Amino acid sequence: MGENNIVVSYLPLIVMVAVGFVFGLSNVFLAEILGSRRNKTNVKLDTYECGMEPVKTARERFSVKFYLVAMLFIVFDIEIVFMYPWAVKFRELGEIGLVAMLLFMALLFAGFVYVYKKGALTWD
Amino acid sequence: MSVTVLLFGILAVVAVASGISTVMSRNPVASAMSLVLHFFTLAGIYLTLQAQFIAAVQVLVYAGAIMVLVVFMIMLLNVGREEQMRENPGYRTIIGTALGVMLAFQVGKTAFTDVAGRHVLPPGSAVTGTTEALGETLFKMYLFPFEAVSLLLLVAVVGAVILAKRKI
Amino acid sequence: MLQDFLNSAPIPLLSALATLVMLLDAMKRDGARIVFGFSVFSLTAAMAAAIYTMFLPDKTTAFNNMITCGGYGAYFDIVFCLGGVLTLLAARPFLLASNTEHGEFYSLILFSICGMFLIAHSNNLLTLFIGIEVMSVSFYILSGYLRTSRFSIEASLKYFLLGAFITGFLVYGMALIYGSAGALGYNEIYQAVQGETGARFPMILLLGMGLLIIGLSFKSAIFPFHQWAPDVYQGAPTIVTAFMSTAGKAAAFSAFIPILAVLTPESSSPVAAKIGMLLAVLSAATMLVGNISAVVQKNIKRMLAYSSVAHAGYMMMGLAAGSVRGASGIVFYVTAYMFMQIGAFILISALERGSEERYQNLEDYAGLAKKHPVMAALMSVFMLSLTGIPPFAGFFGKYYLFTAAIESGYTWLTIIAVISSVISVYFYIGLIVAMYFRESDVQEQDSRPGLAGISLVISAAGVIILGVIPQFIDKIAKSLF
Repeated sequence: MGENNIVVSYLPLIVMVAVGFVFGLSNVFLAEILGSRRNKTNVKLDTYECGMEPVKTARERFSVKFYLVAMLFIVFDIEIVFMYPWAVKFRELGEIGLVAMLLFMALLFAGFVYVYKKGALTWD
Repeated sequence: MSVTVLLFGILAVVAVASGISTVMSRNPVASAMSLVLHFFTLAGIYLTLQAQFIAAVQVLVYAGAIMVLVVFMIMLLNVGREEQMRENPGYRTIIGTALGVMLAFQVGKTAFTDVAGRHVLPPGSAVTGTTEALGETLFKMYLFPFEAVSLLLLVAVVGAVILAKRKI
Repeated sequence: MLQDFLNSAPIPLLSALATLVMLLDAMKRDGARIVFGFSVFSLTAAMAAAIYTMFLPDKTTAFNNMITCGGYGAYFDIVFCLGGVLTLLAARPFLLASNTEHGEFYSLILFSICGMFLIAHSNNLLTLFIGIEVMSVSFYILSGYLRTSRFSIEASLKYFLLGAFITGFLVYGMALIYGSAGALGYNEIYQAVQGETGARFPMILLLGMGLLIIGLSFKSAIFPFHQWAPDVYQGAPTIVTAFMSTAGKAAAFSAFIPILAVLTPESSSPVAAKIGMLLAVLSAATMLVGNISAVVQKNIKRMLAYSSVAHAGYMMMGLAAGSVRGASGIVFYVTAYMFMQIGAFILISALERGSEERYQNLEDYAGLAKKHPVMAALMSVFMLSLTGIPPFAGFFGKYYLFTAAIESGYTWLTIIAVISSVISVYFYIGLIVAMYFRESDVQEQDSRPGLAGISLVISAAGVIILGVIPQFIDKIAKSLF
């Protein structure tokens, strides 16, 4: 590995992170600079909530049902993570790789069927 | 000073700062956001160690999914600002500080003694962290544990349903 | 590949059947009876598969040396399946009485047994870790199975938090061993450790061993990592406790034996001797702490929890001995312990009949012999066996372990073990005395244990048969090593 190689190979990533930072920060200041300085009424200074009037605190207690959704999301998210290394080596792994992945997916699909049939995805 | 060391330095400083901010913040949401930043810097540090896949997973699973769960927890429990819990500097603080100082001393001592070949990555490490190499090992050598992981995920699914669903 | 599947038949078979049980439960509304029947069938099938693979040639491995097949692993498979069947039979009346029967209970028991299979068969730290996690996560969920009971939830949360913390120890230990040996496979680690003959044993390896021993000690409730056991065993549903405290402990020891054999080969003898001494000290402390704490307990589940800590201490003697005799002693003890402990807990669960207040305290058992003479007789059998009184299984379990310890030069450990056994007489026999010689004015209506009766009879029969012809199992146990 050459010394500068790391920078070269991750240049797109570094640029993206940098642009993200600059864009995010610049918007805060640009709004201040470009925004109109007149007519600072109470309504205009209010929190923007897609046109709704903000009435109370946003820190409300959430239903535990969200937890179930989050848990299921994580489980299937991890399943997807395992597919990355499989996908990049798909050709070299051949049939065994395919069968292995199918078995893995089949077990998790059984989990999905279980969740679906139990009604965990419906909002009761 | 090489570019890698410079990058590591920047990332390490941000990582430690965001870590301290995670622990020190009185507002749990601010704490969680600091943790997100911490996870991102960790991913960057993994990249400097040539562990690309782990870096990607760090962002996808930790900064993404796990943090979703953490923020959900904060909202579920409706944790407000942490009350000022000023503990008396009891034996816990004293022992903790002593151990911390010892750790810092050890780390410092190790970092400043020169061991030959420490900064040289072992041969082959440049490729072991890539996604291709991981796919190769995971789907050939470690095929069995990989399949066994699906059992673990299944148990997690059943557990989530049975513990959190109102009507089973 | 196909041969690998056949050689390791119990694992893929039970995994598939457990998944099917889960699906069956989801497909069939109100079909808990069918799910129950199918679960018992699954365990029986897995047991048959284990018996089929039992007589494979030595050192058969499968899937790139990830697991070992036959022999040792298969024997433990049979023990786990037996524990599972006993638990399931008793679980149905228990769950029906508390009106909480869901198919998930059965599928979780099956999944946890899959995890135990992985543990007992593992020939690689990665397989071991995944097995431990499958088992532990199932246990965390099962402890909190009674969602409306505060005790159950508390037990689940405590177990989960501490267990997750200890998992960190376990993984860190594995990582350090990997860093030092350069491999995760038992064979490679063995080679690497054997290569370390010099005076300077690598610190990283030693640290990794220590962390691994801590992690497994937690799972088998060894002092000083036993603190969770009384709270969890008391709070969890009794039927779950019955399963966790027997099969779970057996699984932890099934991991301990091969791991220690790998980490302490003959050539690294100074280190092996040190680790043996460490295990002996842990064992002595565990026995004493478990038995002395059990003396002062008022709650029967808590008393049995502490006694299970003490029994882990006895089993640890075999690990400290580090000989074939010690290992086979553990295998025998695990089998005997499976019957007597599961029997005692199932009996409590049958008496409880879905209530969390009935038959919790020791004084509730006063005069049980008048009310339920058969139950009292069975309980006496289990208690006498737990004490280690011949002709029951517990006596020979202790006998084999004690002789193994003496042969390896740990006479002092055996003396401590005998002393702590004497202490344990106080509360085991105390319960029998209360059942037979004390009166109670509480009137009790008739109770039928139902299917749990089958479990109880099998357990009692196991305790007696193992006590009458211990040579049979002992011979099998010796042939495993």
